[in-house]
Amino acid sequence: MVDLTTKLGTITLKNPIMPASGTFSEDLAGVIDMNALGAHVTKTITYEKRGGNPTPRVCEVRGSMLNSIGIPSKGINHFIQNVVPYYRDYDVPLVVSISAHNADDFARICEAITVPGVDAIEINISCPNIEDNGKAFAMRPSSTQQVMTKLRGASDLPLWAKLSPNTGETVEVALAAQEAGADALVVSNTLLSMAIDIQSRKPKLGNLMGGLSGPSLKPISLRMAYQCAKVVDIPVIGCGGISTVEDVVEYLIAGASAVQVGTATFINPTAMPNIISGLEAYMTKHGIADLSELIGSVRDDDAADAVVFMETAP
Amino acid sequence: MKQFDKSVGVSSSANGEAFEVETRVKSNDEVNGEYRLLILDAPQKVLDCQPGQFFHLLCPVTSQNAPYLRRPMSIYGFYPEKSELHFLYKVTGEGTRALAELLPGDTFNVLGPLGKGYSIRDDWQQLLLVARGVGLATLAPLAQEAQRRGRKLTAICSARSPEVLMSVELFREMGAEVITVTDAEGSSGMENIKAIIQDKIGAGEVDALYTCGSNRMLTLLQEIGAEHGIPGEIALEQQMACGLGMCQCCVRSFRRNNQIVHERVCREGPVFDMQEAMGW
Ligand SMILES: Cc1cc2nc3c(=O)[nH]c(=O)nc-3n(C[C@H](O)[C@H](O)[C@H](O)COP(=O)(O)OP(=O)(O)OC[C@H]3O[C@@H](n4cnc5c(N)ncnc54)[C@H](O)[C@@H]3O)c2cc1C
Ligand SMILES: Cc1cc2nc3c(=O)[nH]c(=O)nc-3n(C[C@H](O)[C@H](O)[C@H](O)COP(=O)(O)O)c2cc1C
Ligand code: FES
Repeated sequence: MVDLTTKLGTITLKNPIMPASGTFSEDLAGVIDMNALGAHVTKTITYEKRGGNPTPRVCEVRGSMLNSIGIPSKGINHFIQNVVPYYRDYDVPLVVSISAHNADDFARICEAITVPGVDAIEINISCPNIEDNGKAFAMRPSSTQQVMTKLRGASDLPLWAKLSPNTGETVEVALAAQEAGADALVVSNTLLSMAIDIQSRKPKLGNLMGGLSGPSLKPISLRMAYQCAKVVDIPVIGCGGISTVEDVVEYLIAGASAVQVGTATFINPTAMPNIISGLEAYMTKHGIADLSELIGSVRDDDAADAVVFMETAP
Repeated sequence: MKQFDKSVGVSSSANGEAFEVETRVKSNDEVNGEYRLLILDAPQKVLDCQPGQFFHLLCPVTSQNAPYLRRPMSIYGFYPEKSELHFLYKVTGEGTRALAELLPGDTFNVLGPLGKGYSIRDDWQQLLLVARGVGLATLAPLAQEAQRRGRKLTAICSARSPEVLMSVELFREMGAEVITVTDAEGSSGMENIKAIIQDKIGAGEVDALYTCGSNRMLTLLQEIGAEHGIPGEIALEQQMACGLGMCQCCVRSFRRNNQIVHERVCREGPVFDMQEAMGW
């Protein structure tokens, strides 16, 4: 018997596999057993009702995809009345992703979503901060620290800060989030990208630019997960390009305590349950009894410390 | 707790709605210059379908083509008694080119059946459908269902030239009265189609209108429907990623109670009320 449980601060997950925000909803219950998952993570919501971006909202690039869905939201009241109760039927922790355009609005939704049935709050700080020239909070350590400090005062629930790859300061942002009281880091969101149809010469996304996700994001978010796990004491949750058991094992070795699966679920809705049973089989085959034997086991002793802090290619 | 089925590498549905399954290709032949008919040997559990529903197909990655996302495709036919699932498709880009490379015996992963199909209300005794091009694929199962329920059906089939008028035989076999209009004969213009439909309405032979896909046809049928108080339904297309309702990429706008609402083509659709649908 192998032990798939993993601890994220005060929360223990029955296995380290959970969905990534925006790639999962109640609709998946029509295809998989939702009780099999380590946690449920919902699509980012805002306090107010809001529409999404113009279509087309997705396009594919070689072996991956771009999206500019935005955050269409039915608002927090709808969410508390309809979505939170839905997930109560499952014996799985519920993680709610929230966002806002400034620190005060962020604190307001954080407080409002601190209700029974919600086990942790994921802070999507990849949203543009209107008080900081539209730069996402997670691009800079100062704005990350400022908003996370506000949020820490607004809720007693575990707060997971979701970082962005669109920064040259991964390590500093991770440390700022920890300093401000984050309970875990989710690493990471999508990478800002673009694609153009050469026939029509029009951008392929209605919003011109969008976020890259899927297999081609993996080396980047894996690098970030590694960098973060090196410097922080709180758990790191890996996210980006995971579609196989091997991808999960790689993130765990890099230092992640759990992972999120996003785009892979669009390609194979059964990806998460398949990965969970595959991970169990992998551990059995390799004589690994416990996930802690994998987490952070990367053999990087020979490398110079400076490499960890490298932000750009040599 | 329901156990995950490890033996086949894919799980069965937790509450029996849609399934991700491996099928086997029986044939994948050209129907004429433009279209191909894909016939799959599919498990029974995915063959409980409604006309208008679709599957999300995992097109193969080949040496020539590397599609990534799934491709939505209407159910052209489903035959539980033969364990067969049929798709009629037009080769347009990378995904459908890869689809065209499938050979008999190949395994092929499909997700479905998905979405909400056409409805045939009890008081809709005489149905009229307008189909053009690959839209025939979407509407063929509706004709079959109409026959099964003993409804009278008129099918207006539109195409570029008489040679590419497909499925005329199929619709006739299902007891439909088939009217063909083509660009080559100059009979497929909106004015002519309008005249044909209004004749039928004048004769008291139309209780409901059905179509799919085209913006021009939507406008025409909305106009006729509103003028004569005849209800109708349209199947819409939109680019999809998940096909299940999770990603919100496939939304379209609809007019309802004097408001504009956004709905997901993959979940609330692909079939929508004719009058609520908005042109694009
Ligand atoms: C519900 C539904 C049912 C459909 N039924 C049929 C059918 O029975 N037969 C048939 O031939 N076609 C059908 N289509 C259209 C079919 O999905 C597209 O032709 C196909 O996705 C094109 O893929 P491609 O890679 O060959 O083309 P590309 O143009 O290279 O595709 C690029 C991207 O755009 C998407 N895309 C392109 N055209 C469409 C379109 N019209 N609708 C939605 N997404 C599109 C593709 O899925 C892909 O993600 C249907 C579409 C929908 C939404
Ligand atoms: C269609 C789509 C919608 C997404 N929506 C959100 C969102 O609302 N909030 C968020 O924090 N991340 C969102 N993401 C990012 C994912 O949660 C994840 O971080 C990213 O896709 C990388 O993981 P993947 O490669 O496994 O998909 C979205 C991704 C996709 C593809
Ligand atoms: S395709 Fe994802 S919601 Fe419709």
